[in-house]
Amino acid sequence: MKSDSGVILGLMMLAGLLTAVPARAEDAAVSCEVPDYLLASETTLPKVADAIKSGHSLDILVIGSRSSTINTTSASEASAYPGRLQAVLKEKLPSTAVNVSVEIQAKKTAEEVAAGMVKLMEGKKPTLVIWQTGTVDAMRSTDPEDFRGGVDAGVVALQEAGADVILMNPQYSPRTETMISAPPYLDNMRVVAQQHDVPLFDRFAIMRHWNESGEFDLFTTFHGIELAKRVHDCLGRALSQFVIDAARVNPAQQN
Amino acid sequence: MDAAALAPAAAAPAISVPVSGERELRLDLFRGLALWLIFIDHLPPNFLTWLTIRNYGFSDATEIFIFISGYTAAFVYGRAMRESGFVIATARILRRVWQIYVAHVFLFTIFLAEISYVATSFENPLYSEEMGIMDFLKQPDVTIVQALLLRFRPVNMDVLPLYIVLMLFLPAILWLMKWRADVTLALSVLLYAATWEYDLHLSAYPNGYWVFNPFAWQLLFVFGAWCAQGGARRMSRILASRITLAISVAYLLAAFCVTLTWYMPQLSYLMPRRLEQWMYPISKTDLDVLRFAHFLALAAVTVRFLPKDWPYLKSPWLRPLILCGQHSLEIFCLGVFLAFAGHFVMAEVSGGAGLHFIISISGILIMSAAAWLFSWYKHSADKNTSRTKGIGGNADMAGGGS
Repeated sequence: MKSDSGVILGLMMLAGLLTAVPARAEDAAVSCEVPDYLLASETTLPKVADAIKSGHSLDILVIGSRSSTINTTSASEASAYPGRLQAVLKEKLPSTAVNVSVEIQAKKTAEEVAAGMVKLMEGKKPTLVIWQTGTVDAMRSTDPEDFRGGVDAGVVALQEAGADVILMNPQYSPRTETMISAPPYLDNMRVVAQQHDVPLFDRFAIMRHWNESGEFDLFTTFHGIELAKRVHDCLGRALSQFVIDAARVNPAQQN
Repeated sequence: MDAAALAPAAAAPAISVPVSGERELRLDLFRGLALWLIFIDHLPPNFLTWLTIRNYGFSDATEIFIFISGYTAAFVYGRAMRESGFVIATARILRRVWQIYVAHVFLFTIFLAEISYVATSFENPLYSEEMGIMDFLKQPDVTIVQALLLRFRPVNMDVLPLYIVLMLFLPAILWLMKWRADVTLALSVLLYAATWEYDLHLSAYPNGYWVFNPFAWQLLFVFGAWCAQGGARRMSRILASRITLAISVAYLLAAFCVTLTWYMPQLSYLMPRRLEQWMYPISKTDLDVLRFAHFLALAAVTVRFLPKDWPYLKSPWLRPLILCGQHSLEIFCLGVFLAFAGHFVMAEVSGGAGLHFIISISGILIMSAAAWLFSWYKHSADKNTSRTKGIGGNADMAGGGS
């Protein structure tokens, strides 16, 4: 029996090494590559499409928690994903005036943000609101039902204010996985997105894909500001593609 | 001696317990399996995660674990209640509850050590928001007291508190079952329904709720107890029928197809919208009916194709699983600890998927070795100390088991 288990252990380790090889090989290059299915969306963004086709300005408002910023003094606002989104969209849509602004609602649950949503939208007429939420709720482990109610109310308020809406879920954060349980909040955001025909930008799945494919190592302890900047750059790119795809406009045909 | 002690049990009418004193190895086998799967699920996703049942249907290892715990606890303490009376059985159950509580506090201490370390060593601007989770370290006075009250529970430490609450109510459950087993089960279903209707739950600290709602999860526990008290035998005709098998297999297949769309979002366009809106979210907290039904179907199919006298139950290959199942509380705690340790190693050494795999496998090997060691202890202790209360000792090992 002893020798048998030795053989098995050997085989298992071999299998482990084999699976390790491809992950290593990809380590070097960063391409921001995201599989198509993570950016596919059945629902559309009619107001964004109108703005792009008619050549009006495209005003995007990002409402988010602190993970929508890079929180240090050395990083400028432009290197966080909203800033990158603006830069890439301007590049891709040269004849549209793209303007991205950010409202940070730090340490507020979805319910709290939703309660202030009407006030937040006062005097603003964004074409599109990207609402990033879920992180604070997951950290405080609020009741998922309450969370869903909050997201639901917020989306309704945004739609009533006349904006297209995209929901964005929390970051994939492997190091805090033993402390923060994200799945219930991810599931509930998916449900709300479906109910209101709102596209969901699956930041969690995208970052997890990058971590698994070896594009970024999000697990290790030591990282400077550079990793944060690169991840936000890739997020901004993916988000810009997501917006353009969901608006169903082909940038090449613009003008 | 065992045989003599068992005689009254065999003679006891009505509430039937398998006459032979032999262990039901299938229970140990599947509880051991559940423990391995829980360990793998507690590690970050890797290649082995694809072997865990939660990827192939609605229910996961937690359901197996709680059901079998209910079954074995009722089996062992039910016997104690018939032989020695309510007071003695309750006393034994409470001693078991205390053991589980101590185990939970021990795990919490290890968790504190891990996260304090992470908090001081982790510098990543990308996750400055997520690091806010460490804020509770700033007020240990409140946090630790709340942890002792079972109200503050970090992720992955929810099963034992649930188990503690369920075991606390076991004396009442058994007492009711002695009177009318079916009524007890009916009451349990009623409580489950009330939980969904009136949103019963236990609150947690600093806010939120218990991740496994005891008001809902008691259904599985009581159902396990009901099966142990003769329910399983009375259901044997239903379990043997082809219709049951057909329904179960159909349901398992349907659940498999649905789960497939979670992991391959490319396929999600195939899901009917109506069905999605009716079905989601599938609540784990409140033990969604879909999850419960999935467990029932899984159990029905398993019982049918894996008879009690399945020869492989004695095979040395399944021995590690069975041993783990026989020392479930110890192995469960070890598993949680190893999962923490695994996170730790992965954080310190960026070894990629290979290392990840080796950690998973060594965790399982360590769990098996520990289980072997525990049973060696038990058998050598049994030999050396000729305890007259042989059954009592036995009960704790078999029964309570987490």
